[in-house]
Amino acid sequence: MREFMLIFRNSTNSHDNPTPEQLQDRMNWLAGIAAQNKLADKGNRLSASLAKTVKPGNVVTDGPYTEIKEFISGYMIVKADSIEEAIEFARANPVLKAGGNVEVRAILKPEEKS
Amino acid sequence: MAGTPSYQELLPHLFRLEYSKMTAVLCRLFGLKHIETAEDIVSETFLKATEVWSARGIPENPTAWLYTVAKNKTKDYLRHVSIFETQVKQALNDDETAQEPDIEFTSQTIADSQLAMIFAVCNPANSTESQICLALQILCGFSVEEIADAFLSKNETIKKRLLRARANLRADNFQVGQLQEATIKERLDTVLRTLYLLFNEGYFSKSGNHLIRKELCSEAMRLTLVLTENPLTNTTQANALLALMCFQSSRLDARAGNEGETILYEQQDKNLWSKELIQQGNYYLVNACTGDEASKYHLEAGIAYWHTTPDAGSKWNHILQLYNQLILIEYSPMTALNRTFAFAKVYGYPSGIKEAEKLGLHHNSHYHSLLGYLYTSTDAGKAAGHYQEAIRLTKSAAEKKTLMREIERLGR
Repeated sequence: MREFMLIFRNSTNSHDNPTPEQLQDRMNWLAGIAAQNKLADKGNRLSASLAKTVKPGNVVTDGPYTEIKEFISGYMIVKADSIEEAIEFARANPVLKAGGNVEVRAILKPEEKS
Repeated sequence: MAGTPSYQELLPHLFRLEYSKMTAVLCRLFGLKHIETAEDIVSETFLKATEVWSARGIPENPTAWLYTVAKNKTKDYLRHVSIFETQVKQALNDDETAQEPDIEFTSQTIADSQLAMIFAVCNPANSTESQICLALQILCGFSVEEIADAFLSKNETIKKRLLRARANLRADNFQVGQLQEATIKERLDTVLRTLYLLFNEGYFSKSGNHLIRKELCSEAMRLTLVLTENPLTNTTQANALLALMCFQSSRLDARAGNEGETILYEQQDKNLWSKELIQQGNYYLVNACTGDEASKYHLEAGIAYWHTTPDAGSKWNHILQLYNQLILIEYSPMTALNRTFAFAKVYGYPSGIKEAEKLGLHHNSHYHSLLGYLYTSTDAGKAAGHYQEAIRLTKSAAEKKTLMREIERLGR
């Protein structure tokens, strides 16, 4: 069993006026993972407007999306036996229905390098 | 004197009612180190009641009689026993001229002492199980045999557990005398948790003894009520917990079948639900919702509330949403299974089966009884298989009976 971070990407702001059905879908999905005792950290939602990117040379740009069309809308950490299982969790996430995507990344243990 | 109970009938009742109160008051006087002394005096008081009442009949006010005897015995004890001179006297009062401490069994001192004892017993140094045993013995006047029956344990096991727990209790520097705000803050979570588990021990008990189970539930409620009656402990969480207990208790009679089996929620005779307890539950739930807090007791009370209402279409959706929040606060297999039941009620049994099978709790009897239930209308063979596995796994005689009945209902 190891931990995987799921990173949610969207091209629209999913936190802006979700319908009650969307909210319930998300909640059902999250609680479904918790019910399997596979939720390590329910993570956080990230703001789309209060966002800056700090770059070298004292450059601060607005928002995360000047160079990428998709921005990260949130993240969470699951426990899974394999990356395949983590992918199964991600596959059922409602963000996919709204045109978003989910990145699945294993969290490195101290001795691991890649 | 028809209808007047004999002393043999009255004494056990009074014992259960008054033993813990009197012990608490005396313990506050002596300190936890001398809890056995307090208990001895109370036991002797009841012994004397047996002797005197059998010879002369029951006094007009039996409770006041008990209090007076206990008070006198305590005074005698303090006068004659050297422990008073060496240890207790100094603890009681540094002023040497003070001769006799106040021993009053007023409703106020009883309430204060009981509250203090609840906090003393819920000592984090003891395991939760030990805390519950201690609470039953010291706060509820249960005998070792009754506790063993409730836990389906051997008397010896319970005795050993109590012995260790009592040693920790005496060693604890807890001041029963003045219950301070800081102590309350520090221990209130433990207190609530222990009372919650004490209630559950009764409500979901493995014991088939319905009377003992009912008594565990009502004792847990009585102690939680003590919390809500003191401004220092009358928190929204305490109110939420009491609301939960009221709602659950309202179904206690409807839940118990004639042969000690548990009658499932959907098969219960709703006329047997206690309307009075449901109303009390509503009252405490309103009190609990005066802040923004949504603790696990709030969520569970909310779920229990919805269970007392008829289904107007959205009931199970409300229950599911509360379970979703609850499972995010604290995972437990039981919460996961109950959430899945609600999920099945909202999205249909086939979706529920998929959600249930993801849980993979193959060694849990409730997992199999849930799947048995969900398969009942579509695949009687699979349903029976799961019910049989549940019967094999459960240690509860009541649950076995319930499950046998479900298999019979499958018509196979």
